[in-house]
Amino acid sequence: MLIFLFLMFMQFSLLAVGGANAIVPELHRVVVSELRWMSGQEFAALFALAQAAPGPNVLVVSLVGWKVAGVPGAIVSLVGICLPSSLLSFWVARWWQQARGSRLTTAINSGLAPLTVGLIGAGVAMMAASHPPSLTGGVLLAVCTLLSWRTRLNPLWLLAAGAAAGLLGLV
Amino acid sequence: MDTLIIPDKKALFGGFFLIGLSGFGGVLPQAQHQLVQRRRWLSDAEFAELLALGQILPGPNIVNMAVAIGSRFHGARGALLAVAGLLLAPLVLILLLATLYQHYQQAAWLQQLLAGLTPAGIGLLLGMVLKLAARLPRHWRPWALAGLTFAAVAALQLPLWLVLLVLAPLAVGLAWRWPQGGA
Repeated sequence: MLIFLFLMFMQFSLLAVGGANAIVPELHRVVVSELRWMSGQEFAALFALAQAAPGPNVLVVSLVGWKVAGVPGAIVSLVGICLPSSLLSFWVARWWQQARGSRLTTAINSGLAPLTVGLIGAGVAMMAASHPPSLTGGVLLAVCTLLSWRTRLNPLWLLAAGAAAGLLGLV
Repeated sequence: MDTLIIPDKKALFGGFFLIGLSGFGGVLPQAQHQLVQRRRWLSDAEFAELLALGQILPGPNIVNMAVAIGSRFHGARGALLAVAGLLLAPLVLILLLATLYQHYQQAAWLQQLLAGLTPAGIGLLLGMVLKLAARLPRHWRPWALAGLTFAAVAALQLPLWLVLLVLAPLAVGLAWRWPQGGA
């Protein structure tokens, strides 16, 4: 089972173009419909948990591994999804460092910058669409946007303020 | 410009440990805060550069960035340390949370906490996008590309790999052809 998990997530690694969230629909299809490891509801709960918990969203795969094979499953899944893409990144980063300042890297750099803005912007829009904020939630969102844009405040303070507002029932 | 700092191996692990631990609802805003503003390992421009690379390469973005940053300072060992620092604490935490979650799933306070965290997290990410967007040159080409990417993913909901497969070569090609106009 551990080897199966490892190999399965190794394949997912290179499919995750644009970030870990890109594989979620495919992961859902394989884990829920094909292998029947869990219900769609369980999968959604694990996904929400990975989003809310600290750390990168890729941790959702470790929850899938955990669900099927306990702690070793979680570790094997996480290593599996990180390994191939990390090796690729390592070689690309090396080449990048050597070729820095050449016309090609300059073109890649300035060409990709707008795509990054568009991609992360789209992520924000989709998150806002799937969790439409209330009126006070909207105010909170606007204040956090402004402060993180214009100041060097540690993001943790803003998250703490959001959590406090939520616990007080203001959002 | 502020001078940049080269971290030793311990600092590399520690820095990414903190980023992993404090990145609720996505790690990117915290990564930018720590790497650029607080620790000065990277300039704004280098952060944007590595972020773009992390996005275009397959795999989890922030892990890709950790690999690139770690290897830049301390080779393969640096890459391993950065990734381990990034993932270790969150992995332990999420497994604990998953165990607890099954008991408290319905608790009102947890729902309220999430209701407050979500808009704050979205705001943080939006603030980061605005910072990145402010760095784009005042030229129609990059802004059109940013708009096109946004529309393809958010409005048309096209699969990411397809959007990147079409737009990334196009964007790089345009920047190659006109290095000044939009560089």
